Amino acid sequence: MTGRRRSLAAERRWALRGSYAALTLFVVFFLTPPVYTVLTSLKTSREIGGEAGSPWVVHHPTLSNYLELIGDPAFRGFFLNSLKVTVSVVVLSMAISLFAAFSLARMRFWGSRALATGVFLTYLVPASLLFIPLFRIVGWLGLTNNTWCLVLLFPTLAVPFCTWVMIGYFGSIPRELDEAALIDGATWLQMLFRVFVPVAMPGIIAATIFAFTVSWGEFLYPLAYLYSSNQLVLTAGIVSELVRGDVFQWGKIMAASVMAAAPPVVIYAFLMDYYIAGLTAGATKG
Amino acid sequence: MADGAFAPAAGTQSPSRPAPRRAGLRTLARRRAAIAVLMCLPLMLLIGALVAWPALYSIYLSMLNKKMTRFVGLGNFVFLLNRPAFRAVIMQSVIFAVSAVVLKALIGFVLAHLMHNIRGRGQRIWRGLLLVPWVIPLAMSTLTWWWMFDPSYSAFNWLLNRFGLPSVPWLGQTWWARSAVILVNVWYGAPFFFIMYLAALKSVPEQLYEAATIDGAGTWARLRYVTLPMLRNVISITVLFSLIVTFANFDIVRILTAGGPQDQTHLFSTYAFVVGIESGDLPLGAAVSLFMLPILAVFAWFILRGVARRSEETMA
Repeated sequence: MTGRRRSLAAERRWALRGSYAALTLFVVFFLTPPVYTVLTSLKTSREIGGEAGSPWVVHHPTLSNYLELIGDPAFRGFFLNSLKVTVSVVVLSMAISLFAAFSLARMRFWGSRALATGVFLTYLVPASLLFIPLFRIVGWLGLTNNTWCLVLLFPTLAVPFCTWVMIGYFGSIPRELDEAALIDGATWLQMLFRVFVPVAMPGIIAATIFAFTVSWGEFLYPLAYLYSSNQLVLTAGIVSELVRGDVFQWGKIMAASVMAAAPPVVIYAFLMDYYIAGLTAGATKG
Repeated sequence: MADGAFAPAAGTQSPSRPAPRRAGLRTLARRRAAIAVLMCLPLMLLIGALVAWPALYSIYLSMLNKKMTRFVGLGNFVFLLNRPAFRAVIMQSVIFAVSAVVLKALIGFVLAHLMHNIRGRGQRIWRGLLLVPWVIPLAMSTLTWWWMFDPSYSAFNWLLNRFGLPSVPWLGQTWWARSAVILVNVWYGAPFFFIMYLAALKSVPEQLYEAATIDGAGTWARLRYVTLPMLRNVISITVLFSLIVTFANFDIVRILTAGGPQDQTHLFSTYAFVVGIESGDLPLGAAVSLFMLPILAVFAWFILRGVARRSEETMA
């Protein structure tokens, strides 16, 4: 009996070791590109071009690529444009989806179920399906090569998911709570901001992070509708302005990538749990 | 936009009070519906003006000639289907999406199981490390992959040479380039599957596994008769969802190969970009994009069915 128990424990210990070994391999696979980005960003063009030695080692680490970029008004412009667009898109998307989600989750009206389904379907529409007709529409609005066209377009990518997540969170709030609020004489708006928003905070954080991620990382729309250096955002700006000429300055490109990736990485480092909870809220119930 | 919803809602209370009870209730209900519609109005405007209308307009646009002066019916679609380059796009899109999604789902499934074995505080750190690819903007990480595949300073070829293997033309030959594009997509997308499956695994009641073990079920039997049936719905929804996203992917091919070599790695989205934006034939570009629509619609229909079924199950 004891022998059997010991062998079971040993078996479990070996399974655990195997899991760690396999996970380590996967972590190496997943982390190689980001690590290589940072390594290259610390090298001078001379070190990158001189084919001596391993490309996986930094012989003379330098921050010159970063300093050059920070001193470059064009790159600072990309960053500020990204920031401007993202903040506006997050505020706009959250305002639209907060009210819509509250209404769809609690105040059934004629056609509200169809609208909820429509919202979900819109979430499944990829950016690359409609970018050509939108090119014409952006043109008609006089917003071609204007950063603000992204503030108009990115909410179409962010709002459906944000609304959907918040419908889920609002729907899980017990109805007794809003009945109590109504009896106390609260208006719908008071109910939304005093009862629903505080209770559904994790869902609201998840939706905010999603809106941020979409508008910070989107590449197709800025590439298609913007071309002047002073209008571009980080993603399209780095790809079309830095990747140019016969000899690419890889150190600089990689340093720019690191700086462009930093804000989302920092946000996820702190708020990952909320985002995952929002994303998988459906999965855990199935 | 949000201001519109504020104004009428603020005055809901006072007018309904003095009315007789029956009529008061009816006004209240009507007012409630009006407020509800108002709260949804910005959403409806957004979807209507920037999703539904462009979709309809796209269909009309795809039936014009290049200068958009003449109606050509299905001419653009026929033209595309007769073109070998476009038939290659269809094939490559299918190869890319199917193989990338299968690999992502398998890796995600394995990762979720490995992670499920690890309990306690270590799990959070491991999970964070595995999610890194998914957090970095895709355009940025694809730049790095491009740099690692670079023919003259390739980090990968250096490693291969180090172990005595010959260099690989990562982006220079059709099948290597196709594999490279799939590899980057798997790297980027596997964490999503992993996180979805891990959450689903955690929701499977432990008693089911205990009962199965007592009945003599081994590892495989537990996987086959407990895990897979419990996860079936989540697996099908994530796979379908990822098929849509992968099928419509733009960033990776655009940056890594720009469709080359010889247009052999183009997907619908990158081909539509070249035709519609770069060559300035918007109607033809719209037609290329629209080829995705029927495929996406089928996937979307199955997803909706899966989601509806799941919410029924949760209600029950």
